[in-house]
Amino acid sequence: MADTMQFDLVSPERRLASMQVTAVQIPGADGDMTAMPDHAPTLTTLRPGVLRVEGPEGATEYVVTGGFAEISAAGVSVLAERAVPKGEMTQEHLDEMMEEAKTMYSTAKSNFVNEPGPVDDAAKLLSDMVAMGDQIGLSSKQPSL
Amino acid sequence: MPNLKDLKNRIASVKNTRKITKAMQMVAAAKLRRAQEAAEQSRPYTERFNAVMSRLAASVGGSDSAPKLLSGTGENKVHLLVVMTAERGLCGGFNANIAKLAKVHARRLISEGKEVKILTVGKKGRDSIRRDFAKNLVGHVDLTDVKRLGYADAQGIAKDVLGRFDAGEFDVATIFYAKFVNVVSQTPTAQQIIPASFDTEEAKDEASTLFDYEPSEEAILADLLPRGVATAIFSALLENAASEQGARMSAMDNATRNAGDMIEDLTIEYNRSRQAVITNELIEIISGAEAL
Repeated sequence: MADTMQFDLVSPERRLASMQVTAVQIPGADGDMTAMPDHAPTLTTLRPGVLRVEGPEGATEYVVTGGFAEISAAGVSVLAERAVPKGEMTQEHLDEMMEEAKTMYSTAKSNFVNEPGPVDDAAKLLSDMVAMGDQIGLSSKQPSL
Repeated sequence: MPNLKDLKNRIASVKNTRKITKAMQMVAAAKLRRAQEAAEQSRPYTERFNAVMSRLAASVGGSDSAPKLLSGTGENKVHLLVVMTAERGLCGGFNANIAKLAKVHARRLISEGKEVKILTVGKKGRDSIRRDFAKNLVGHVDLTDVKRLGYADAQGIAKDVLGRFDAGEFDVATIFYAKFVNVVSQTPTAQQIIPASFDTEEAKDEASTLFDYEPSEEAILADLLPRGVATAIFSALLENAASEQGARMSAMDNATRNAGDMIEDLTIEYNRSRQAVITNELIEIISGAEAL
């Protein structure tokens, strides 16, 4: 059994990481999952959260939002719409993202009156953001829903 | 015959023009490098994204439950043309070529009895399209203030397009941009983004690997398709940016060379007239001396 696998993290603007790793903890839409070498091929969408990568030289963490992760025999590739190394994550960044999520929630609420689907999705996105903020130790100014 | 002073002034002014075009060429070269790098950086994302999308599309696409963004609205009446051009001119035929392709496309659609709506990105394209299709213009995205193209810009455009699609404003969307081939050649390209078309043939071989999907194949596809629109627009924007700088660079290179030729011609003319003046003076002196 292989000890490491190929891991790629790319955002539309640049390639953030490409290395050999031992495990990747992915914030999947339906819950966190940890992929290790020889994981079953899986495709999952991401929720806003922290992606933790464990390599031979220690662990790195990235804050990711939107996108998907593909686990295949060749390795793990994470395609995130926005990905920032956790160390570079600042309060302003989070506030900006929170603001976006809030607008999405309010537009969803006003656009879809009797359809809970999109509203719930937006509410989930917002609460995921809050949870992520707590996890990385930044205040997310809990909004009232 | 123009007098010496006039010629001298013209030479000086053409020399100034040459300096300006030379500087613009060098600025374009630097910007081109940056634009190419940005396009390079985005390539891994686009490639992986399209690979996954075509696989998903191959397995879900055939069913009736496929999302509208993939299967279309079932009609083919109203077309939205997203015409992406530059915000500035002085880049050769770049803007004109894209606008021309879009116009040809629009005319063909109209002659087939379809309704055409046009969304422009970049003010040069809007100016040119407004002349012929003013009543078809439905919107304009201004990127004048954008220093460095980001994914957020593409998302903004995508949101606009998707909003119109959800509102049932059109059935088919096509983007127009110039594909960057190399510095001297950029091909105007039309690419259909809604309904999305992916290379499903290639994906069928890959599809043999069984994937677990979380939450579900359909849900992932529904989540990714809107992102696919943004991704397609983003890579088109980047291609366009590189093409624009490439076109400007070669246009300015030509302009610099033309200015050089012009200076040469003017200098010869100047020297000739100067010589003529001297000869004239000599004749006057000699004939004056002979008359004594």
